[in-house]
Amino acid sequence: MKRYLPAVILITAAVLLIVIGIILQQPESVLNKAVRICMECVGLG
Amino acid sequence: MDRKKTRFGIQAVALLIQNANFRGFLTGRIYEGASKSVCVPGLNCYSCPGAIGACPLGSLQSHLASMKFKFPYYIVGFLIFFGAVLGRAVCGFLCPFGFFQDLLYKIPFYKKNRFKIDKFLRYLKYAVLAVLVLLLPITCNLIPFFCKYVCPSGTIAGIWLAAADSNIRSVLGPLFSWKLILLLIFIVLGLIIRRPFCKYICPLGAIYGFFNKVSLYRMTVDRDKCVNCGACARACQMNVDPAKNPNSMECIRCGECIDACPHKALHMGFAAGSKKTAVVAEANENGDQKV
Repeated sequence: MKRYLPAVILITAAVLLIVIGIILQQPESVLNKAVRICMECVGLG
Repeated sequence: MDRKKTRFGIQAVALLIQNANFRGFLTGRIYEGASKSVCVPGLNCYSCPGAIGACPLGSLQSHLASMKFKFPYYIVGFLIFFGAVLGRAVCGFLCPFGFFQDLLYKIPFYKKNRFKIDKFLRYLKYAVLAVLVLLLPITCNLIPFFCKYVCPSGTIAGIWLAAADSNIRSVLGPLFSWKLILLLIFIVLGLIIRRPFCKYICPLGAIYGFFNKVSLYRMTVDRDKCVNCGACARACQMNVDPAKNPNSMECIRCGECIDACPHKALHMGFAAGSKKTAVVAEANENGDQKV
């Protein structure tokens, strides 16, 4: 069980960070970026 | 079903799931649904017409490059989650661009995986992560440098969009030419070297590599069975020696070393190996030769 402890701690921290992000409405900024064509990504400038 | 076929199947399904907006490939319009607020684990440009999720690297850079700096809790949370559960198994099983490179490497061509500057070039991806993904987007506002100047996944998305939309074709310029040349270089290198982009450039692989030693999905070596014959190291095309360092930052968990081991001493999975072998493997990773 001890060998899984770091991963369990990290997963817990990750879930906490995601929840904090959701509270701060960060998924909306991810969505806003992702639903528009990213000109830089596709090489248009 | 053998390990190679299983992995190939998982890679194909992961590619299809992450790019399930099939109609977009025909219309040249990207998906605009709510699932795009969720980060996918691998390198899959959100401007790809098929993408139904958000690229974690693109989202991270876009967040860091925004006018008002706020720590990207949500995206970092996803990266830590995928890393802690799978480590670089994400690269080996779920990344669409990794799958693309695996397919390229299957094409019969001159192959060379081991050369002198390989170890030196491995450090390049950490520099790409630090400078292009983190430092420059924070300091030079509004520019996602890695996406703009390097990311080949975005170039593939651009090719699809340009093929389907004449308006996009009409505005292609020097940046697209640069990215196209870079993609062609990666394709040619991918015919010769196994996963050159993953080995030397990919910042996402660099991030997940940090988790390989602690992730739930891991490899263990049974020292009672291992005779140090070196078969696993010879089979590894990521140039790792699994017997010495089973959870190397470079290991993408393809499992080819496991198939190559004549003594079945290597194990991989969420509960890989017995408690004893796990302890032995961890002790070995810490530098002890024999326990």
